[in-house]
Amino acid sequence: MSVIDIAKGMGLTLGYLFKRPVTVQYPRDKIVMQARFRGRHHLLRHPDTDLEKCIGCSLCAAACPTYCIYVEAAENDPDDPVSPGERYAKIYEINMLRCIFCGFCEEACPTGAVVLGHEFELADFKYEDFVYRKEDMLVGTKGSKWQRREAEAKDKDVRLGFNADHRAELEGVDY
Amino acid sequence: MTHDPLWVTFIKALVLCVVLLGAFAYMTVIERKLLGRFQHRYGPNLTGPGGWLQPIADAIKTIFKEDLVVTAADKFVLVLAPAISIVFALSAFGAIPAGPAGSLFGLNPWVMDLDIGILYIFAATSLGVYGIFLGGWAANSKYALLGSLRSSAQIISYELGLGLSVLAVIMVAGTLNLREIVETGIWSVSPWLWPGLALAFVTFVISGTAEVNRTPFDLPEAEQELVAGYLTEYSSIKWALYQMAEYVNMMTAAAFISTLFLGGYRGPAFLDAIIPGVSGWPIIWLVLKMAIFMFLFIWLKATLPRLRYDQLMRFGWLYVFEFALLAALVTGAVIAYVI
Repeated sequence: MSVIDIAKGMGLTLGYLFKRPVTVQYPRDKIVMQARFRGRHHLLRHPDTDLEKCIGCSLCAAACPTYCIYVEAAENDPDDPVSPGERYAKIYEINMLRCIFCGFCEEACPTGAVVLGHEFELADFKYEDFVYRKEDMLVGTKGSKWQRREAEAKDKDVRLGFNADHRAELEGVDY
Repeated sequence: MTHDPLWVTFIKALVLCVVLLGAFAYMTVIERKLLGRFQHRYGPNLTGPGGWLQPIADAIKTIFKEDLVVTAADKFVLVLAPAISIVFALSAFGAIPAGPAGSLFGLNPWVMDLDIGILYIFAATSLGVYGIFLGGWAANSKYALLGSLRSSAQIISYELGLGLSVLAVIMVAGTLNLREIVETGIWSVSPWLWPGLALAFVTFVISGTAEVNRTPFDLPEAEQELVAGYLTEYSSIKWALYQMAEYVNMMTAAAFISTLFLGGYRGPAFLDAIIPGVSGWPIIWLVLKMAIFMFLFIWLKATLPRLRYDQLMRFGWLYVFEFALLAALVTGAVIAYVI
């Protein structure tokens, strides 16, 4: 380390002193997420018929490397079907504490029902609150459990901390 | 040389303490903001307007934080050690003159005008290492003890460089009184002295940085290698006292360097042609010169990586010491044979 090297380094840092910081002031300004970012899961519906795409086949649970998905299927009532097909997911749970957001469930799903979205603000207080059920993931649900509780208590809309580009798989999901 | 009554000196000491502690509080936020900008990010900018109330928030936080004391620690010494550090850090500053006699509303702008001002500051700053060493020992932790031992070794090594490089100034000014050194104007004595004084200045700045444990010589609190060195077991307000001592030491070092080498409270004389008397404005020039050195310390911290311990020792004993000796020799020879 010679004196010239030190001078070079000092000059470099001095240059940054006069540049505009690149920091995103996150809670205040929204982050722009990449389109392919994998965040919290969504369970999609068919946009035209409004039926759930999930048919309760458990392939996502089988593909999951951390065994964080639990699916229990039930027969559809032919007169009032929940999903197009013979069966639907009566219980669909994902443990967000175990999920590694690898996207294998998304890959395994034959009907494209489960897709990883852009939501990443998943902090919460209790273990049970990290187990997301169908009502937490079906299309139209915005924000984490904590964010929804907070918004309900304050009688405001859920404010998401990000902007996301459109992604084809997330049809019907509106941030 | 004029003397103030004792009670005036006492009040001035009190005011100096308050000013230094206030300056410490704002140095922390200025340092964090500057470090942020050096690293292409914002510093603290949420607490208060522009983040400028951050020191108050920090103070409240450190006071109310849980104060942990290790079970096997020597509690008395553990509490005493940061106090030693801060007391010697604050008392060193009292000898720095901030203006000519009677320039502060008719008072002398220094707490004490010592004929051995340089020796006094050396004594006070080197006693500050007792705070560090006793703190590391009392914590009864190997990390803390290693950190404090390294600190002692480092400070002893760099004290030699510091003492030798100040010799040149003492020889030129012919006095140990800081105010008289400022009034001598060491650079105006003879241009033949400039090489020796410049060398002394460089070695003094380097060993001064090491003396106050600033990056790249911040080995005592090497958090990557020794958890946090001597203050591993310190928390809450005791930890804050160590930080306070470090920053006050830094300010003392900046003031000491300015006073010895850069004319302290005197401004550049050529500015008098533009605004008459501007070079004599009290305190402002000293604060300005101190600010330049504080900026340099922060800039160094933002740029340089920490030295390894053997590099530090090699650098101290083989380069700083040698060059300081050379500066003293050159200056002595010039004084003896040229002027």
